[in-house]
Amino acid sequence: MSVAEIFDTMNYGPAPEDASYVRDWLKEHKSGFSHYIGGEWVKPSPTAYFDDTNPADGKLLAKIANGSRQDVDAAVEAASAAHAKWSALAGHTRARYLYALARLIQKNSRFISVLESLDNGKTLRETRDIDIPLAARHFYYHAGWAQLLDQELPDYQSLGVVGQIIPWNFPFLMLSWKIAPALAAGNVIVLKPAEFTSLTALYFAQLCEEAGLPAGVVNIITGAGKTGAAMVEHPGIAKIAFTGSTDVGRIIRASTAGSGKKLTLELGGKSPFIVFEDADLDSAVEGLVDAIWFNQGQVCCAGSRLLVEEGVADELIAKIKQRLSHFRIGDPLDKAMDMGAIIDPVQRANIDKLVEQGVAEGATKWQPDVPMPEKGCFYPPTLLTDVSPANIAVREEIFGPVLTVMSFRSLDDAVALANNSRYGLASSIWSENINRALEMASQIKAGIVWVNSANQFDAACGFGGYRESGFGREGGREGMFEYLKPKHDWAAKGDVVIAAPDPVGRSEMAGLGAIDRTPKNYIGGKQARPDGGNTATILNHKGEFAGRVGQGNRKDIRNAVEAAYLNKCWAVRTAYNRAQILYYIAENLSVRADEFTARLRDLTGASKAKAEAEVKASISRLFSYGAWADKYDGQVHTPPVQNVALAVKEPIGIIGAVCPDNAPLLNFVSLMAPIIGTGNRAVMIPSERYALIGTDFYQILETSDLPGGVVNIVTGSRDEMAKVLAEHDQLDALWYHGSAQGAAMVERLSIGNLKRTWVNHGKARDWVDRTTGEGRRFLREATQVKNIWLPYGD
Amino acid sequence: MGAEIHHLASNQRNPGMVFHPEWVEGIRVNRSAVERRIATLNARRTVKKQWQAAWLLKAITLIDLTTLSGDDTPGRVQRLCAKARQPVRSDLLAALSMENASLTTGAVCVYHEMVPVAVKALIGSGIPVAAVSTGFPAGLSPLETRLAEIRASVTAGATEIDIVISRRYVLTANWKALYDEVALYREACGEAHLKTILATGQLGSMTKVAKASMICMMAGADFIKTSTGMETVNATQPVSLIMLRMIRQYFDKTGYKIGFKPAGGISVSRTALQYLVLVKEELGNEWLQPELLRFGASSLLGDIERQLEHFITGRYSAANRHPMG
Repeated sequence: MSVAEIFDTMNYGPAPEDASYVRDWLKEHKSGFSHYIGGEWVKPSPTAYFDDTNPADGKLLAKIANGSRQDVDAAVEAASAAHAKWSALAGHTRARYLYALARLIQKNSRFISVLESLDNGKTLRETRDIDIPLAARHFYYHAGWAQLLDQELPDYQSLGVVGQIIPWNFPFLMLSWKIAPALAAGNVIVLKPAEFTSLTALYFAQLCEEAGLPAGVVNIITGAGKTGAAMVEHPGIAKIAFTGSTDVGRIIRASTAGSGKKLTLELGGKSPFIVFEDADLDSAVEGLVDAIWFNQGQVCCAGSRLLVEEGVADELIAKIKQRLSHFRIGDPLDKAMDMGAIIDPVQRANIDKLVEQGVAEGATKWQPDVPMPEKGCFYPPTLLTDVSPANIAVREEIFGPVLTVMSFRSLDDAVALANNSRYGLASSIWSENINRALEMASQIKAGIVWVNSANQFDAACGFGGYRESGFGREGGREGMFEYLKPKHDWAAKGDVVIAAPDPVGRSEMAGLGAIDRTPKNYIGGKQARPDGGNTATILNHKGEFAGRVGQGNRKDIRNAVEAAYLNKCWAVRTAYNRAQILYYIAENLSVRADEFTARLRDLTGASKAKAEAEVKASISRLFSYGAWADKYDGQVHTPPVQNVALAVKEPIGIIGAVCPDNAPLLNFVSLMAPIIGTGNRAVMIPSERYALIGTDFYQILETSDLPGGVVNIVTGSRDEMAKVLAEHDQLDALWYHGSAQGAAMVERLSIGNLKRTWVNHGKARDWVDRTTGEGRRFLREATQVKNIWLPYGD
Repeated sequence: MGAEIHHLASNQRNPGMVFHPEWVEGIRVNRSAVERRIATLNARRTVKKQWQAAWLLKAITLIDLTTLSGDDTPGRVQRLCAKARQPVRSDLLAALSMENASLTTGAVCVYHEMVPVAVKALIGSGIPVAAVSTGFPAGLSPLETRLAEIRASVTAGATEIDIVISRRYVLTANWKALYDEVALYREACGEAHLKTILATGQLGSMTKVAKASMICMMAGADFIKTSTGMETVNATQPVSLIMLRMIRQYFDKTGYKIGFKPAGGISVSRTALQYLVLVKEELGNEWLQPELLRFGASSLLGDIERQLEHFITGRYSAANRHPMG
């Protein structure tokens, strides 16, 4: 095209990035890429490769080793062998390796950016300006954690071999999110990139070699779902960290149940993008570009549900359409593109299918009239209006450049619509009124809130979701805990489940001196007769009749969870108020200390001194969580932009706690107090063997100003109750203490709503010892971190 | 009111509107989001090779070639006007096959005393003479003097008047006073086009810049211009983005197209290209013409000439190879 013509039309021309040197590297590996195991390039066994193509043109890029079970075994073995030495290195030494990796990423950043763009189809602009710089930032940040670990987290140790399975949407960035914290904590790694996008992980293995990382510390295994399954099932792996779809996350949760593997899941989302009438609408439109048209919308935290205040809805939609009318879609290596290619024709077909289903359900589809590439796998930016909350396009994660639009009337309406989702990953709030924005931020159920911005990331700010978006955080201090375990935790000996002795002598009616007491369940602040109308006998330590408790069933659990759900006040009570109530409970327990001492002695056969000590420790424990209630604070992060990020510790919601038998009063208090002290509501299943302790305890709760529904107590068979709780989709987390089989069941059945589980795997805990029986460990299990990003500047 | 809010197919001159305080009340600007937009936009778009050459030639046609110095003389202004008539060496234009494009700068911009010299020097070229006015750059001389200055420059042959607004009205949010002032200036301009300089570096916040932009257009401005070039902070891309968005908003409300002139600090080709991208993206190609876009610049042209020669020869150029203005 001549200068004169361009002068008249003022069009853009091509601006391609040179990829020749990256293609040369691919040519060097023409015969196929191997696995990286134990510091060596190892051919797959048996020999099997799969094709890796460039989504922008469908052409073959490379042949990739297809990992078998043997390959995974070899990698785990190599990693295991490296663990002792690596974890024993001084923090500073590990910090230097991480620092070397950060520098190597920076020094090769353009190469990695181009390779990533070729392999994934995302624009070079994004890999160059976002993915790769953020990856380097993660290594820098975690070099810092390696350096500080001994001093900052002295009571924690590494896990061992960590299996990491990463997705195709941000291959290199997700690799850095996984590898950097794991290495900093002293773990060794087997990482599997997604089969669509293995190349930058293999290039990273080269960088590990260049950095002189000890053999076996990082192993890269390539392959598809089967390879991943072999990792998930491998007994030598201590933890699985997975980022990907919610469906696969469920499979992994079920498959690892009972294995003792630690698990973090970063799953899907359907994140709301909320625009109030007092927002800077033009900027909100650009925010949407960052939110849903970033990486072709193939982003777990994509702002895919636009919620706009009714009065400005038409104006905003018009602005969005205007903005999209000059979108540029095409060659990802062209430096002037807004959107690149969709990862694979399969994904493109999925997007199209969901869009067309949405249209069939009444949505109006709008796509801009912009040039689309003739070849390759592309999908235009798409708006779906006239949708209701029931429309499939609103409910399902589309993972493509598709935005649904709904309007709302008021802040409450916006909250309701925003939270009307199984997911809870991210959210974006647009308003120039700080009161409104922060009110909304506090009410939204999501792990990340971006005020007047979208898709902001930093290594210092934890990333991760609520609800079915998974559990665990990546980045920040909270992310470090995912790759560590406490040095003192479940190790203590003792019986978790205590069998009742054979019944002897004394019948129920024999002691006809006292008036018959009939303990019930405690639900919604009231004593409630068990639904089934049956009771169970509790024997004392000699086998004599001690009392009766209700035989709880499914419906009692349902009622307890419902009562907890209906209590909306507890989470928003001040921490001071919650502290006061915990102190009050302690005060009332203290008044009845003798009675509880006698009950413990009778039930458990403990000596007077031991029973007194348990009551005393229980009172102290309530004090501890009264003390913690207003001290377990969040943090203020300062990411490297003009921004503050508030890391707020929020209650999870409704937590079920299934209690063990050892130290029945103390364990009940030790589990209940952190749950309610942090603002959660509890459904407590007291010790099955000593259930009378739980029913005695509600009399204390009744006199302690505790609002109804905050603590609900159901007595009954431990594992029957645990099963119903695990399967209850309104319950947000479940703590289980019982048999190893019971623990496995809880993990396996938790997949319905992917509730967080915390189980003992059949091991006991020393409840008396304050290091294992109370503290931050419990508080962390009772809370989740919400990061609220607040950019500023006028 | 309804009658005046309509969309025009043709490029009619903005007549101004009656005072609509509600048009500014709802304006909101989020600075950090604006800055992010600029940061990503500069990374989202680029022009290379002949596209870059063509875009730089376009930029030349948008330059208000300016001299605003106490030591300006007729000789100096005549030299500048000669440069405006022939901004690029003819052999370079020939190499680009643009020798017949009659390329000139957008205008020549001077103080009132130099207007007659410039008008005479530009006879037959079609290049307009712009005069800075109204007590430029502070705008604090008596109102009558300011109005008289406009009339005098128009009489002397200036067809564009670059006025400075009273920043105090913006800082105190006295929108009616600002509107009245600019409306008086517009009246004094008559047929001459009114370019209102906001002096954005002195307005305190981005929201104020947006509101002042809207008031000026409402009061009849043909162009809104960022700066005098004399403030500590002159044209910036974030401020420009806000003004362009207000131009779009005014167009959506009224159907009139208002021009934009960033001034001060645009001295290299790369910056000029970024501004062209910004205007193209926010307002479209229609705005990439001298009727709706100008650069207030004195040294930009020299840099563009060197870049063009580099494009043609592949060698880096030197300043002394290009005729000075």
